[in-house]
Amino acid sequence: MASSRPRARSAEVDSASAREGAPGRRPGFAVGHGSRWVLAAAALAALAAAAQAGPRYGLGRPATQAEIAAWDIDIDRDGRKLPPGSGSVAQGRTLFAAQCAGCHGAKGEGGSGERLVGGQGSLASGKPLKTVGSFWPYAPTLFDYIRRAMPLNAPQSLTSEEVYAVSAYVLNLNGLVPDDTVLDAAALAAVRMPNRDGFRPDPRPDVPLRARPE
Amino acid sequence: MSDARTDRDGLASPQRRHVLGRGLALVGGAVVGNAAAEKAAAESAAAPPDVPEWMKAPGADVGSEPYGSPSRFERDLIRNIPKSLPQYTSASSRTPLQDLDGIITPNGLFYERHHGGIPEIDPDRHRLMIHGLVERPLILTMAEIRRFPSESQIYFLECSGNPGFEAMTGRTASDLVGLVSCAEWTGVRLRTVLEEAGLKPEARWVVAEGADAAAMTRSIPLAKCLDDAMLVYSQNGERLRPQQGYPLRVLLPGFEGNMSVKWLRRLNVTAEPAHSREETSKYTDLMPDGTARQFTFMMEAKSIITRPSGTQRIARGFNEITGIAWSGRGRIAQVEVSVDDGQSWTVAQLQAPVLTRALTRFRLPWTWEGAPTTILSRATDETGYVQPHFAELTAVRGVKSFYHNNAIIPWRITASGEVTNGFLKA
Repeated sequence: MASSRPRARSAEVDSASAREGAPGRRPGFAVGHGSRWVLAAAALAALAAAAQAGPRYGLGRPATQAEIAAWDIDIDRDGRKLPPGSGSVAQGRTLFAAQCAGCHGAKGEGGSGERLVGGQGSLASGKPLKTVGSFWPYAPTLFDYIRRAMPLNAPQSLTSEEVYAVSAYVLNLNGLVPDDTVLDAAALAAVRMPNRDGFRPDPRPDVPLRARPE
Repeated sequence: MSDARTDRDGLASPQRRHVLGRGLALVGGAVVGNAAAEKAAAESAAAPPDVPEWMKAPGADVGSEPYGSPSRFERDLIRNIPKSLPQYTSASSRTPLQDLDGIITPNGLFYERHHGGIPEIDPDRHRLMIHGLVERPLILTMAEIRRFPSESQIYFLECSGNPGFEAMTGRTASDLVGLVSCAEWTGVRLRTVLEEAGLKPEARWVVAEGADAAAMTRSIPLAKCLDDAMLVYSQNGERLRPQQGYPLRVLLPGFEGNMSVKWLRRLNVTAEPAHSREETSKYTDLMPDGTARQFTFMMEAKSIITRPSGTQRIARGFNEITGIAWSGRGRIAQVEVSVDDGQSWTVAQLQAPVLTRALTRFRLPWTWEGAPTTILSRATDETGYVQPHFAELTAVRGVKSFYHNNAIIPWRITASGEVTNGFLKA
């Protein structure tokens, strides 16, 4: 039964290019490429269908919706899974001073923790400065990351209101929301980050093969 | 100074200097014959006509070490831990590549990269949740995970920034590319576990989350999950070490190391990637035009000569050149070595086994006549991809992309036999 299942498309492409052994040919497993994913969608649907067969080993127990809700802290880039609650820039300023400034600096200028502020317009320069304001493409990711991983010494300790507030303050420090902002799920998802369109799929292998000095 | 041991010792790195008290001392890379050292050597000689003292009384009892450790004479063979970091919660340590043989990294020397420290997890209390676009959301205990059909595979693991394009200043092989290691991993195919939950047709990605203080999160394309991806609980025959994700981690052969999420507690099957901080602002590659490459998973073919290598010193005459090569795209097809700074290349011998997405050991016999030179290695993998020179890489990507630097590593050898990083000015 297992042998009738289609093999992973990527593996087939990979071995095909290996057989041909053509130098400079793009190996099929450069999976980051967006267009390749679109092309592979039909094959993936077939794979997923193959994986729908009933449980073969009967291991584990069902996870209840309540259990999933208690553990699932993933926020997607569109913010559709952002929780209820809200927080203001002013609340965030107070929280930031107490919980974040020790590592990230009073104004997010960085310290033992990463710099959070500045650098807009610097990415194509000789001294690019990657911060929340200059580099992060999606505002809801701020909520996701702060909630799951910050502060470094006490992750998952902030309430949703507090995470909204700190997110608002960090965005405010970057000039992306005004001083009187109160962020909730809809407002955070509506913040358009300056570098939203700054990311590209992986084009590798990208180094011309035969231009090499021998 | 002319016996075999002196030659061998002459290759030792400064970290192992204490071992050398037997015959000579290396100070700052220079060979020094010193009266005190010679006297100490005479007192401790185990060469004829003397019979060494360790033959004249029984050794330690069986079981005197319930879990064995290396000889005390090897106590300086340790991880390469950076000095004076602002914090060590999110940081890395490197494997001492120049002092290891073969292709398997001892568990205690496997490189580390943690984003929120090393959690201490009770395996009996640990749970794996699988949810999202699945027919049957599941919770599995470690005992249940170990009941799935298992397999063992040898794969390398490499950090994506090994090293950064502006961090080519290291002295040793470990300083330069010590964020790569290789082990035999045992666990269950991720595909098997996903099939147990049953994938919905719209499933395209699996978001993996660690049970560490960073709740480390990366999105894995479904094709990889259904191909060679594993959930592993053992490494080199024993349970994972805490530093490597005890009791359970993802293992994605050939992909950048941070995606092989450690301390795995949750797999969320989704239609879209999470676009987590780690895959937007962190592990993305900034190009000269200001755009950044995202989802740059593949670790491309690479090699490094580990002996002779930086801070070592060679003697005239026969020297074996040896090192390691690897590719995220499959098997290593060929490693070439140049002993004349790239003017000519010789195919090195590959030590079996040559495994897909594993370290491969190469060797080339060489006689050094004493002329200063630079030695290089370059790997070609089974797809025909050839390891590039640093200048070729940076001509395309600039020097600000940080990750995925697989440049050819040059080692300069001076007239005195001293080996140094060829990226640095002589």
